[in-house]
This record gives sequence, structure tokens and C-alpha cells, in this order.
Amino acid sequence: MNAQIAAILAMDGIATGAIYVLIGIGFVLIFAVTRVIYVPFGDIAAFTALTLAALETGHVPGTVGLVIGLAVLATLLEVAARLRARRLGGLPRAMLLTLVLPLVPVLAAWLAAGRDLGMAGRVALSLALIMPVAPLLDRIVFRPVADASVLLLLTVAVVLHFGLVGLGLLFFGPEGVRTQPLTDAMFTVGGMNFSVQTLLIVAASIVFSGLLFLFFEFTLAGKALRATAANPTGARLMGIRPATTSTIAYVLASLLAGISGILIAPVTTIFYDSGFLIGLKAFVGAIIGAMASYPLTAAGAIFVGLLESFASFWSSDFKDAIVFGVLIPVLLWRSLGFRESEEETEE
Amino acid sequence: MTARRLRLLGVVAVALFALAPALVSPFSVTLLNFIGIYALVALGIVLLTGVGGMLSFGQAAFVGVAAYATAWATTAHGWSPWLGLILALVLTAAVATVVGSVTLRLGGHFLSLSTIAWGLAIYFLFGNIDALGHFTGISDVPPIAIGALSLGSGAAIFYLIWGVLIAAWLLAANLLDARQGRAIRALRGGRILVESLGIDAFRIKLATFVLAALLSALSGWLQAHMTRFVSPAPFDATAGIFYLLMAMVGGIGALGGAAVGAAIVTLLRNSIQDYLPLVAPGVAGQLEIVVFSVMFILLLQRARTGLVPLALRYLPAAKPAPVVDARPLPRRPQPPRGEPVLRVEALSRRFGGLVAVNQVSFALGAGEILGLIGPNGAGKTTMFNLITGALRADGGRVLFCGTDITRTPQRHIARAGIARTFQHVKLRPAMSALDNVLLGTYARTRAGFVAGALRLDRGEEAQARFEAMRQLRRIGLADRAFDPAGALPLANQRLLEIARALAADPVLLVLDEPAAGLRRLEKEALARLLVALRGEGLTILLVEHDMDFVMGLVDRCVVMDFGAKLCEGVPVEIRRDVRVQEAYLGSVA
Repeated sequence: MNAQIAAILAMDGIATGAIYVLIGIGFVLIFAVTRVIYVPFGDIAAFTALTLAALETGHVPGTVGLVIGLAVLATLLEVAARLRARRLGGLPRAMLLTLVLPLVPVLAAWLAAGRDLGMAGRVALSLALIMPVAPLLDRIVFRPVADASVLLLLTVAVVLHFGLVGLGLLFFGPEGVRTQPLTDAMFTVGGMNFSVQTLLIVAASIVFSGLLFLFFEFTLAGKALRATAANPTGARLMGIRPATTSTIAYVLASLLAGISGILIAPVTTIFYDSGFLIGLKAFVGAIIGAMASYPLTAAGAIFVGLLESFASFWSSDFKDAIVFGVLIPVLLWRSLGFRESEEETEE
Repeated sequence: MTARRLRLLGVVAVALFALAPALVSPFSVTLLNFIGIYALVALGIVLLTGVGGMLSFGQAAFVGVAAYATAWATTAHGWSPWLGLILALVLTAAVATVVGSVTLRLGGHFLSLSTIAWGLAIYFLFGNIDALGHFTGISDVPPIAIGALSLGSGAAIFYLIWGVLIAAWLLAANLLDARQGRAIRALRGGRILVESLGIDAFRIKLATFVLAALLSALSGWLQAHMTRFVSPAPFDATAGIFYLLMAMVGGIGALGGAAVGAAIVTLLRNSIQDYLPLVAPGVAGQLEIVVFSVMFILLLQRARTGLVPLALRYLPAAKPAPVVDARPLPRRPQPPRGEPVLRVEALSRRFGGLVAVNQVSFALGAGEILGLIGPNGAGKTTMFNLITGALRADGGRVLFCGTDITRTPQRHIARAGIARTFQHVKLRPAMSALDNVLLGTYARTRAGFVAGALRLDRGEEAQARFEAMRQLRRIGLADRAFDPAGALPLANQRLLEIARALAADPVLLVLDEPAAGLRRLEKEALARLLVALRGEGLTILLVEHDMDFVMGLVDRCVVMDFGAKLCEGVPVEIRRDVRVQEAYLGSVA
């Protein structure tokens, strides 16, 4: 391997890593607020890519059916819960959130079918379509067990992932897709060509991590999220509703996953089940950040991207085995400073 | 239904089951075979996750390691399947030991996440190694044979599979009823509790992990030789989830749940494959996993305990074996009265900027009751944790019977003869009172995993049970020996912790607020017990809030305030001490 190959691999690795950064940060965000280790997060990214691809070819994306189904189910659950509690006063507002709002982008997609929206319009519509998925799943799947142990929530999340993969095949079909590049432009540094696309990925990753930081530091909603993460009971006593914070967290994290899906779609062929590996690799980054630190998670995600890039140069067959295998020394390093907290043990 | 009729019903069911290959269709026998094979893995998950509290999504990878090992050895090298079995077990145990050594130190969810990671890493290895046939796998694996008898047919291997499963089940049940099994059952109580009993928590976790992997290995070996073919697909992450589903449907806390869960999931899967195409033609394949996910999520939301524990509630409980008289366990020699037992020298501990314990010194002689008192936040509990090794000191020394134990791990301190109780009671609520006290005898007994599983430990076990019963009698709970500890009132639970500590035959008993939450009569009874123990030569250190209780009981007091020692002396002096009055009541001026 010479310096030039190394540079190309490094650039490639950083671009891949930048995509993992967005998903990894989403993992940390959701875990902090809801204690759910959201394994299906990569699926959200993959579904966004598939949605964008469907819009490009002028089809109605499978997301439409998925969102309609989830919205109807969530609304039914909401109505049933309120009927049982005999509190129908808040029903209109709840229905606005679980039924009307998610169906807005669905309607938009339906109206837009067959028309050319332009690249920006397609990207925006894809993001709008994917955003209700995770919050609706939260309402249907996680809310009934919100107080359960982290391990139970993790089991639910893992099972949910497999369900989503099945739904993905149902709604998007088995074909792999690759979307049009966001840009074909190239630039030259030190006699080597790099695509602007790569640059765009890295830039997007930096911009959206930065925006998230601003949100947490300077908005009341952001502070409410941080308060919930630090002390859920205390936040509750201050009038912060856990259901609201978790919905905000899921919307934000879906946006991050959606953007990473948009960015990865022109670079890699995405299948309905590609999300698992993307998600898990981002996850290795989040574990390097101990599921708590955003900057360390970002650094970890970049490290995983680089590792994958160099591993695929040495042996493309074993690249996935290497990436997951490396988690073990990482965990070992983590465990050196790790103290089992007594609260974690449970009956 | 009476117990007798139930037993009769059981015998008939077993007899019918044994005749199954002759009675049902070959296809049904194949299904039964798969149920048995899957149940072995589920049994491992019950031990690991249900009993030991370690959630694993990666058991399918161990099944795969064993299946590939035996398939490779028997096809590429012509080994007999029995040699393949040995290779499969050895290799799986080695892989599990390495993976476990690294990951089991992690707590809770990190451990579970790592199981997904190594599960995937092992899966990708299967698919990419030339000798293992890439993603197409290895075919023409020979059937198992006993002498000239080939177990190639479904009916022939039926007896092997179910024989192995039943044997594994019995051995596991024996183990859980023995010394090391009780340690596994205690794991969920947390590391502090387990180590305070002199148990090496990590070793027990690792052993349980390897045991579960070996059960998976047996399953993999049977699977490879029954289907005569291995490929990576049955060992992927989805398979890991299905194994977990089986264990959870059946009941993650009951050994019997493994077979019941495996049967339900396998039969359901089979009928879904049959009927789904009729309901939703064209997309049945995709829907299968969706249907299972929905069912699994509903199960987790609504019926986490699973079926078997639910059913057991309606059946008469098995009668616990009575405690018989036995030779007492050997006791350690107690130091002569007055001899120094504990010596604390300038002990300090900081938490960030807060000095919780600051240069505290005191000493304790054999046969003495010393009270460590002080207002809230004085650093009593920190001091307590420093002495028992639950926390590390930043400075100073702790000497126990002349040995420096400042840096000694908690479990070694426990084994040296310091037994403790907890401010917030740490019992295993589902285990019986007797089993909880038996945990205390762990450090005095020796039986290992094999001895426990094969029931070679019964002599020692009888001695330990006799000892535990003696302690229960002493605290007045002998008549509730077989009740779950969680069903006892708080006062009794505190006494039970003392009985557990006494069962360890300690030199020094350290009690963390034993009178908290007790009523007056209960406090009096506790005081009488402690005085009686002192009469037998036991040394007691008491951290307590309740002044009346302390003053009437202890020989001397050490008073702490804001992390430092305020004064020390006999109760009468302490009562008169102006500094103590100020610390408790505030300054008079």
C-alpha cells in the first residue's frame, strides 16, 4: 500500500464514518432520553434511501403504506387507552399527533406521484415521510413498556428490528437501489481526485451535529431533553412529560438517520435489510462513546469508518467480521474503567 | 387434582412420548427432533439469562461453531461423529471462554450488545472461510452411529436427542439445587452481594456462560448429523432471536420452559408456514418474521414471565426435602477474648471534592460490640464499605487479625471471616429463606459444578443445610424456612440477613443499620440476639442511627461527624459529651 492508496482509503473511511456519526449520535440521543437502545435505527436510514429511490423513479414509495399502517394502529391504541381511562378530552389533540400529522407527508407524496420535484424536493419529501415512523413505533411498541428495564427494552428493540426488516421487504421489495448522485463534481488536491459528494457527506455530518448541539444548548425543548436524560423523575416533577420528550427525541434522531440514508444512497447499493449492518457499525461507534458522550461517539464512528475502509482493502470478505471483531478489544478497553452500578441489577 | 394422580398422569405422558416414533408420522417425529434440538439451546438461555441474568442474543453462533466443527472433522478428515462431538465441545468451550473472559466483565446492556457483535462476527467467518464451504456450506455430513446401528433416520435419532435433552435438564436441575447453582441464582442480586458472600462473581458468570455454550454445542452437533448438512444461515442473528423467543415463551425463569417454549415456537412456525400462504399469497415469506416479531413484542409487553411459571402456579408445589441432622460444618477458631480483631488506621476516602471519611482510626477487640454512630452524612456507611472492601480507601490502613486488608478484594475479606448485612436488605426474594442462608455457607463448602450436577455433593450439602437450619432456628424463623424470602416482613428479612452472615461462621460481624424499620419489640429481640452472639465470643461492629438501641447494647461507641472521628468511649461518656450533643442537636449557643 502506498501513500496515495492510503489517502484514498482514509478519505473513503472518513466519508463512511461521517454517515455512522449521524446514526451514532441518534443512538446516544435516544438512549439518553428513553433508555432504549434503538437497534432498528439503521433500518430507518435504509428506508429513507429506498424512499428517495422510489421517488426518483416516479413510484409511490413503500413508506406511504408503512406510515398509514402505523398511524392507524397508533390511533386505535390511543383511542382504546382513552376509552378505558374514560378521558376523551385530549383525544382530538392526540389524533392530530398520531393520525393527521403523519398523514400530511403521505398526502404530499400521493399528490406528487409522477411529477418531477427536483432533487431538493425529493430529499425533503423523503425526510418528511420517514420522520413519523420512529415516533409512531415508539407509541405502539415502547410506550407500554416504558418503565421496564434496559435489558427488556433492548430485547424489544432487537425484535422490532427483525419485524421492520420483514415489513421492509413487504413494502419496498427485494431489489437493491442506488440513487442519483447529489453532485458529479470533482476536485483535486495534491494530484488526487476527490468527489464533492464525499465532501458533502462530511460537511452534512458536521453541520447537523452542530445544529443538534445548538438545539441542546439554546432551546427550551433541548434543555428538557437533557433534563430527562439526566434525571427522568426530576424532569417529570418539573412538568416535563416523558411521552413528549421521547417523541421529540425520536423525531430528531429520525431526521439524523434520514439524512444519513440520503447521503449513503448514492454511494452504496441499499437493500431493504441493509440497515442492520449500517446501524450496528454506527453502534460500535456509540459504544466507544460509552452510549453517553456525543464527541466520543463521533470519534468512534469515524474510527469504525476508517477501519472498515482499510479492512476492505486487505480482505473484503472479512471486512464485516473484522469490524465486529474489533468491538471486543474496544469493549475490553471500556471495561477497564467500567464499574458495575448496583442500579443496573434487577429482578 | 391430587399430587398422586398428577404423578400418574406424568408417567403415562412420558410413556406415550417414548412410544411417539411408533405412533406418529415420520414428519411429526422430525418436528419432535427439532424441538428437542432447539430446546437444548433454550435450556442454556434459561440458565444464562433467566437464572444468571446475562442476556445473550448470540447463542446461535455457538450452535454454529459446534455444527461446523463436527461437519468439517467428519467430512474433510473422516473422523467419527463421536470424535466430532469432542472437537465440537472443546472448540465451543474454548471460544466461549475467550469471548466470555472479555465481555462478561461488562455490565447489563453492554454485555448483551456485545453478544450481537460477536454473534455476527462468528457468522461472517462461517460464510467466508474456504474450508467451510463459504455461504453454500458443507454437505454429506455422516449420520451418528452406535456400533453398527446408524442413527440416520428420524425415529432412531429421536431417542438420542431426547435422551440428551432430558439428561441435560436433570443435570441442570441438580446443579441449581447445589452450592454453585445457588451462586448462579444469586448473580442477579448484584456484584456487591455476591462478592460479600465470598463468591467470585466473574468466575461464576464465566462458568455459566460456558455451560450455556456447551448446551448450544450439543444442539449444533445433533443438528449437523441429523440434517446431514450445515450452512451459515441457521446460525445468524435471526436464529439467535428465535432461541431467545423460545426461552421467553416457555418461561425464562423455569428449566421446563425451554422444552415447552421450543415446542410452541417450532409448531407455530410450522403452521404459520402452512397457513400464511393461504391468507396472504405471495408475501407469506416476508410476513412470517413480521408475525413472529409482533407476537414476541406482545409477549414482552404483556406476559413476560412466560407459560411454565404461570402453569406452575396452578400445580401443587413440590415438597422441599426436609432438613436432616448432620455432622456440623467445621468451624474456624475464634481469637481469644480481648485480642485485637479489627484495627483501622487513619483511613480516608474522597468522592471528588467531598472527603467522606477523613483520617479515622479505631480498634476493636474480640468479643466486643462496637457502635459506629453519627448524624446523617457523617460517613458511617462509607466507613463500613471501606472495611468490607466494597469501596477502596484513598489512604490509611485496615488490619484484620493482624493482616492488612486495605487492598484485599471484597470476596477475600469475606472469606477471611468478616460477614456483613446491608442497609437496604439484599436477599434473593424468590429463593427460599433456607436457600438464602445456605448462600452464607458458600465459603465454608467446596462442591464444584460437576459434583453438584451429578449429586456427588450430598454429604456436604446435608451438613450445609443442617447449619443453615441451625441459624434459622436461632433467629426464630425455622418454621418459615421454605417460604420465599421476599414474602417475609421487613424485620424478618433483616434477621434473615444476619442468619446468612452467621452461616459464614465469621470472626467479625458487621451490621449496617440492623434496627432501621424495626418496631420496639423487634428491636429488643434483635438486641437479645446480638448479646447472645457476643456471649459466644463473636465480635460485632454496628453502624446505627437509633441511639436508644445502640446505647443499651454496645460496649463502646465511635462517633463520626462530617467524615472525621469526633470521639470514642463507653456509652455513658458519649451521652455526656458536649461535642456529641452539638453534632446531633446543634449548638446550644
